[in-house]
Amino acid sequence: MSTVQDVSTAPVVAAVPKKAMALGPLASLIILALLIVTPLFVKNFIIFQMTMWLIYAIAVLALNILTGASGQFSLGQSAFYALGAYTSAILMEHVGVNYALTLPVAGLVCFIAGFLFGLPALRLSGIYLALATFALAVAMPQLLKLGVFEHWTGGVQGLVVTKPDAPEILASLGLKVSQDMWLYFFTLAVTILIYIFSVNLLKSRSGRAMMAIRDNEIAASAMGVDVSLYKTLAFGVSAGITGVAGGLGAIAVQFVAPDGYTIQLAIALFLGVVVGGVGWLPGSLAGAAFIVFVPNIAEHISKGLSGAVFGVILIIIIFLLPNGARQLAYLAQGLIGKLRKH
Amino acid sequence: MNCRNFLRTAALSSAAFAFLAFSTSANAQKKYDTGASDTEIKIGNIIPYSGPASAYGIIGKMEEAYFKMINDQGGINGRKITFVSYDDAYSPAKAVEQTRKLVESDEVLFVFGPLGTPSNTAILKYLNAKKVPQLFVATGATKFGEYKTSPWTMGWQPAYQSEGRIFAQYAMTEKPNGKIAVFYQNDDLGKDMLKGLKDGLGEKASMIVAEDSYEVSEPTIDSHIVKMKASGADIFVSISTPKFAAQAIKKVAEIGWKPMFFQSNVGSSVGAVMRPAGIDNAQGVLSLAYAKDAIDPQWKDDEGMKKYLDFLAKYAPFANPAESSAAYGYGQAQTVVQVLKQAGDDLTRANIMKQAASLKDFAPDTLLPGVKINTSATDFYPIEQLRMMRFTGEKWDVFGPPIDSKLGG
Amino acid sequence: MELFTNQVLAGIATGAIYACMALAVVMIYQAIDHLNFAQGEMAMFSTFIAWQLMQWGIPYWGAFALTLIFSFVGGIVIERALFKPLAKAPVLTHVAGFIALFAIINSVAGLTWDFTIKQFPSPFGSSPFLGSQLISTHQAGMIGVTLILLVLLFIFFRYTRVGLAMRAAATLPESARLVGINTSWMIALGWGMAAAIGSIAGMLIAPVVFLEPNMMGGVLIYGFAAAVVGGLTSPLGAVIGGFLVGVFENLVGTYIPGVGNELKLPIALALIITVLVVKPNGLFGRTIVKRV
Repeated sequence: MSTVQDVSTAPVVAAVPKKAMALGPLASLIILALLIVTPLFVKNFIIFQMTMWLIYAIAVLALNILTGASGQFSLGQSAFYALGAYTSAILMEHVGVNYALTLPVAGLVCFIAGFLFGLPALRLSGIYLALATFALAVAMPQLLKLGVFEHWTGGVQGLVVTKPDAPEILASLGLKVSQDMWLYFFTLAVTILIYIFSVNLLKSRSGRAMMAIRDNEIAASAMGVDVSLYKTLAFGVSAGITGVAGGLGAIAVQFVAPDGYTIQLAIALFLGVVVGGVGWLPGSLAGAAFIVFVPNIAEHISKGLSGAVFGVILIIIIFLLPNGARQLAYLAQGLIGKLRKH
Repeated sequence: MNCRNFLRTAALSSAAFAFLAFSTSANAQKKYDTGASDTEIKIGNIIPYSGPASAYGIIGKMEEAYFKMINDQGGINGRKITFVSYDDAYSPAKAVEQTRKLVESDEVLFVFGPLGTPSNTAILKYLNAKKVPQLFVATGATKFGEYKTSPWTMGWQPAYQSEGRIFAQYAMTEKPNGKIAVFYQNDDLGKDMLKGLKDGLGEKASMIVAEDSYEVSEPTIDSHIVKMKASGADIFVSISTPKFAAQAIKKVAEIGWKPMFFQSNVGSSVGAVMRPAGIDNAQGVLSLAYAKDAIDPQWKDDEGMKKYLDFLAKYAPFANPAESSAAYGYGQAQTVVQVLKQAGDDLTRANIMKQAASLKDFAPDTLLPGVKINTSATDFYPIEQLRMMRFTGEKWDVFGPPIDSKLGG
Repeated sequence: MELFTNQVLAGIATGAIYACMALAVVMIYQAIDHLNFAQGEMAMFSTFIAWQLMQWGIPYWGAFALTLIFSFVGGIVIERALFKPLAKAPVLTHVAGFIALFAIINSVAGLTWDFTIKQFPSPFGSSPFLGSQLISTHQAGMIGVTLILLVLLFIFFRYTRVGLAMRAAATLPESARLVGINTSWMIALGWGMAAAIGSIAGMLIAPVVFLEPNMMGGVLIYGFAAAVVGGLTSPLGAVIGGFLVGVFENLVGTYIPGVGNELKLPIALALIITVLVVKPNGLFGRTIVKRV
């Protein structure tokens, strides 16, 4: 029991340089243009899929801030997603708050919850933190079902949410915008705001402090970084952003129920980060695409074995790209660089 | 209005009239909505093929096999059925996405047999707004069958609540001074049936001396059973799915507790619950049923069961006859085929709903003798009869007449 | 008081399940310095193999031995085929690999053996043990097997060359290589042993919870919790942790009024986290000193 042992302090996450965490301006503009134009030409249900894709991208981005920037590991993001979703749903259905206003509240509630959860989690790292967050994800659906809250949460039956219409001002301008289209652009706007916020956060003093902790906690604290503060702050910010995603998810799906926020969701978000590339924020889009579309591909290949096909696809991805979509982007960048030289 | 304009309007309107008259006479028999044509009827479905509830995926596979058989026999009124079934992994978000894909991209005529209370609640509003039938949902929650608020949604199996009510009646007659301990799954199934039980007991709800719920993630439920026994109850109601039902039956016997044991229908399969739990342990257990158990020897010579087993051998060799979900899918598919037969050449969504609401004494092969499907414009609960049964020897002994469980009454 | 004793006894019986699984968790942690999220599914698959062998008419102990060999080889094959190529990839990529493995095994088992529950025989019978109806002979036998495994593991890690080499390879791979240990094969060996122990756990658990593709889902959560509370580096701690979690959970469910029953698992997990906050390496784990 008293064996003292050296442990190589290899960080959980390979260090990602600060500059490499975002995309260049040109690439960002191209992606943005695609995100704006595509929905004008596709069916409503594809717009809905794209909305869900963006929502998961926000949630993946949130986990990316926690894992990629501060080096902490969470398998419990579904809990914060659920908390955000329920906050929005309850405010809309029981209190009658406008859907757009519920999002900041959802974000705030989750920020506080995340910050508080981050306090005990401070003492835990690696595998222990994974277990603690995992426990949170397992516990959340049971808390939501609890009889005491049933009046507000609807218990096991959940809560049906009304989908918002496009603002009337658009109609008076002669623009006919469907509910799906409106929600998509609304989500896109929120996504862009959160993305800009996150990029700037990571560039700021706080972001640098978080990354210093990620790369070497002891060295960081020796240099005067308040390790506890920044670690809990990372938890809070990550949870807050996840909460906003959850709120948007509730509005898009028009329904919240405990069964929608199980450990499966937490695992999906985690896989999204790995596939997108840990620590590379734009990868969140790729990771979210994995969450939304790969199960559909898997079931298309085989219904009886869709789980196995999903697993095989996942293995192929991590074999080819152990560092996720980030690796692909670097490859592309390298190629473009070579072409330019010629 | 000048003369020319008048003439033109008159010409146009008479042309329109003629066209209308023509089209009604030519298509008097044939009317189609999206998803139906002279050669095809497109049916959509969502079911969890993956994820925590993947055990129910068999229902979708059985339905697919059943429609294949119908197509091999020439289809329905010459039209082949195209069955588009998607995986929702038991997630409401995925259910919405897949249902919208069915309606907007695959353009199905209607959605049939979506499974689970959360998924169905999530898509109910959308389908009703689009006026697309959500037919024969695979859940017993009472809210799927309210013809006034959701006229495009219809249930199929008996409501969980009615099961609770019927047993409450039985308990009050047989053991008026009994003490009831309720053990239930903490989800919509458990909560609904518990409500039914309490409603059924009415003023005698105080007969319930203990309530304990379990989560499906619990490895064993021993602790609950120990607690229930300590409550001094002499009636034990187990509202549980197969694995936990078997564990409960086994544990109750092991600890030497001998209450009047009532097992909910969903965990009453002979092959998937009673045999694993131990035939000796299961003696005397009570339950309610509306369907026959395929491996129960008493149906060996039953016409319907013979048809069912032949079908399994020919079209669904992958299915285990002991799995009650397999028979469930068969029964559902048979009901929907009946609706389509009745609809004839008027394959509009409104008529599908109308025909689904005018099933008269229809008896799928897998239902118990005496249990029949009846629906009307004000009754969207197809199966409403249940029969009490007692486990004796190796099989369930059905006793008493079919009990009508109309929730309104 | 009778209820209390009964719940403690029932908790010990259930705790045996957790302890058994926790041993397998500790085993893999010793080998790869990480938790394997697919471990429960691997154990479930092994148990199905045993069941299938028995269906084909092979007697219990024959099937038991064959399953052990199958699992040992299977574990090594999985490591060689899936995780050795990923040796240089980040840890999080490995976790994704575990999840993929989980999905594949679960889905294949579901398709092969379907989802109806199956009875799994016990070599110890299921009559009451020493007159107590709460602990059956099977559960007593299970506790016995767990303790034997524990002793064997203790001896293996403390006194055998291979065991020591394996520990070295997991904790200090660089130095281990320098003293001539083939660390790569040590990891493979660890996988094989963990899979074999997991299969024993599966075969002991199945008679209680019934065999079906999802049988290990809940068990693995508790197995992790038990291993973590006892200290991931200590087999003894894991076993004690298993019994503690089992008893504790029952008492929470019985004696905390109102929400105790509904929140049995969350309260148990919250307490485990509290233990970790006070003792970050578990009750019996080695203290780890960090250096720059």
